[in-house]
Amino acid sequence: MLRFFVKRALLAVLTLFAISVTVFVLFFMGPADPAASMCGSKACTMAQHEQIVKSLELDKSPVTQYASYMRGVFVGREIGSDSLKIKCEAPCLGVNFRTYEPVKDIIGRTLPITFSIVLGAAVVYVLFGTALGMISAIWRGSIFDRLAAGTALTFASTQIFFLGSLILLIFVYKTGWLPRPQYISPSTDFFGWIGGMLTPWIALGLINSASYSRFSRAQMIETLGEDYIRTARAKGLGMRAVYFRHALRAAITPIVTIAGIDIGGQLGGVAITETTFSLPGMGKTALGAVVSQNLPIVMAVVLFGAVFIVLSNVIVDMLYAVIDPRVKLGSSGR
Amino acid sequence: MTANESPYLEVADLQVRFRTEDGLVQAVNGVSFSVERGKTLGIVGESGSGKSVTSLSIMGLHNPKSTTMKGSIKVGGKELIGLSQDQLRKLRGRDVSMIFQDPLTALHPFYTIGRQIVEAYRIHHPDASKAVAKKRAIEMLDRVGIPQPDRRFKQYPHEFSGGMRQRAMIAMSLVNDPNLLIADEPTTALDVTVQAQILDLLEDLQREFNSAVILITHDLGVVSQVADDVLVMYGGRVAEFGTVEQIMRSAQHPYTWGLLASMPSLHGDPDAELLPIKGNPPSLLNIPSGCVFHPRCAYAMLKGGPCDVEVPELLPLRFADEPGHTVACHLPERERNRTYQEDIASVGVAQ
Repeated sequence: MLRFFVKRALLAVLTLFAISVTVFVLFFMGPADPAASMCGSKACTMAQHEQIVKSLELDKSPVTQYASYMRGVFVGREIGSDSLKIKCEAPCLGVNFRTYEPVKDIIGRTLPITFSIVLGAAVVYVLFGTALGMISAIWRGSIFDRLAAGTALTFASTQIFFLGSLILLIFVYKTGWLPRPQYISPSTDFFGWIGGMLTPWIALGLINSASYSRFSRAQMIETLGEDYIRTARAKGLGMRAVYFRHALRAAITPIVTIAGIDIGGQLGGVAITETTFSLPGMGKTALGAVVSQNLPIVMAVVLFGAVFIVLSNVIVDMLYAVIDPRVKLGSSGR
Repeated sequence: MTANESPYLEVADLQVRFRTEDGLVQAVNGVSFSVERGKTLGIVGESGSGKSVTSLSIMGLHNPKSTTMKGSIKVGGKELIGLSQDQLRKLRGRDVSMIFQDPLTALHPFYTIGRQIVEAYRIHHPDASKAVAKKRAIEMLDRVGIPQPDRRFKQYPHEFSGGMRQRAMIAMSLVNDPNLLIADEPTTALDVTVQAQILDLLEDLQREFNSAVILITHDLGVVSQVADDVLVMYGGRVAEFGTVEQIMRSAQHPYTWGLLASMPSLHGDPDAELLPIKGNPPSLLNIPSGCVFHPRCAYAMLKGGPCDVEVPELLPLRFADEPGHTVACHLPERERNRTYQEDIASVGVAQ
C-alpha cells in the first residue's frame, strides 16, 4: 500500500515537471509578446514597453524564468520592479500580467465553479446513464431498451453549445422553469448552488449519459451470462437480489474505472460549457489567458488540470482495490 | 431411514425447446428417468447431448420466455412443469440444489466464500440470525474437508485452490440439506488426483444425507466409480439406460460402445489406440431423421433400412436377463451382443 503511494507520488511529480517545462517552452517558442498585449489597445511608448518587460522579468532567459517561477511555488517571491512590487507568497503561481492579481486567487475563485460543473454533472450522468443501461440490459430487446438507446444516441450527437443554448432558451428564458445558471457557494446556500448549476448539469448529463448507458448495458449483459449469476439463481434467490446484489456488484467495477478517468478528462472541454452558460470558471479564464498570452494563468490551469487527472487516476486505483478483492495495490509493478 | 416407496425424482417424456434467432432448438426430446433417494444416476453424453439442459430443467433455470417444456418433472411427488417462477425459486437450493463444473466462475468473485454460503442458507431460513447462519456455514465447510474453516470463511474464491473451491461449492449446495443434488461435471475442471477426492466426498455426503444424486458427465470412468444407474444421452434423446454393471459389461447401443472405446483404460494394452467416434454431434436445430445417431453409426442399416427413417423406441432387452436395461437401437439384439463381444469388450474402459 505505502509502496503504491510513493510510486504514484513520484510519478505525479515527474508528470507535473514535464508538463510545466513543456508549457514554458511552448510559450517562449511561440511568437508571443506579452508585454505588447499588456499595453492593450493603446500602443505603449518604447519606455513603457521596456518597463513592463523588466518588471515581469521577460528579458531573462526561459531557464531563469522557470527557476524563479519554481522558487515562487515553493518559497514565494517578489514580482515587479521598484514602481510596482508585489509580494507573492508561497505557493506563488505568478500574477496576472494585466491586472497583477495573484494567479492563486484567480484559481481559488474559478476552481470551485469548474469543479461544481464537472463533478456535479458527472454524478448526474454516471448515475443516470448507468441506471439506464442496467434497466436496458435487464429488459433487453424491449421497447424501453430500444427507446432508451435511441434517445441517448440523439442527445449524445448534439453539442453542449447547442443543447445548452436550447435548454437555456426554452427552460430558462421562455418558461422560467429552471433558474438562471450562476455560481453560488454551496457553503452559503446549498440549494441555491444546486439551482444555479442545474442547467449545465442537465445539459452535460443528457449528452454524456449515452456512453455510460451503452457501456453499462453491455457490461450488465455480459455479467448476466456469467456462471455465478446462474449459481445465484440456483440458490433460490429472487431476481431482484440476483440483479442488484450479484450482477450489479460485478458490472459496476469497470464502470468506476471508466468514470474516474473520464471525469479527469472532462476538464478539457469545460471551457465550452462555461462559455455557453456564462459561468466564470477555470476553463473560460484559461481560454481568455491563452488569447491574451497571459502565461502564469495558462501555466496554473494546465498544471491544475494535470494534478486533477493524476489524482483521479490514483483514486480510481484505490477504489478498484476496494471494490474488487482480487486487486492488490502495489503488486502490479512486479 | 426407510426406503421411499416412489423415486424422489421422476422425469417423464420431457421435451425442452428453445426459440432462438436461428430457429427452434430441440434440446431434449422425450426423455424419461427416475432417481431414488440414496441413489446416484449418471447422465452421460457429449456436449450438446441435452444432459445439462435436462438438469437445468429440473432446477427450473431456463428462461421461461424462450423455452417450451412439455412432459412431467416430479420432485418429491410435486409436479414442476407449470409452476410459477416464484414457486420454483422456493424449491431451488432447498429441495434441489446444484454443483457446477467450474467453481472459479460459479462462485461470485467479489463476495467471500462465507458470505455466499450464509446467503444460500438464509434464503431458505429467513428467520435464522446471521450468527446461526455463520455457524452453520462453518460447520458445512468443516464437513466438506476444508481445513481451518473459520479462517477460510472470510476468504474470497480466488484465495482457494481448485479442489477447495469445489468443496466450498459443495458445502454451499448442501447447506439447506437438499433431497436431490445435481452435479454438472463436478470434476471436469479439476486435477485428476483432486477429482477422486471430490467424488469420494460426494459419495460420503450422499450416504450421510441420503439424498438422490444426478451426476452429469462425459466421463464414463467417473460414472463407473460412483453411479448406480447410467443414462446415456445423444442428440437430446436417451440412447441407453441401465445399471452401471449393465452399461459397463454389456452395453447395447453403438453410441455407448463409441464412448467406451474412446476412453483410455489403466488395465488394458498401453499401445492400443483409442477409437474416437467419427463425426460431430448433431446440430439440435436440424436433427437427423430416424435414429439421431445414424450418420455417425458404423453399424447403421441404411439402404431402405429403418435407421435413417424411423426413430428407435427405448425398449427393454428381450433375450438377456438384464432387468431395467433399455436401449433405443434398431439393430437386432443378437447382432449387437456379437458385435460387442468381438469389437468392444477388448478396448478402453470396457475392460
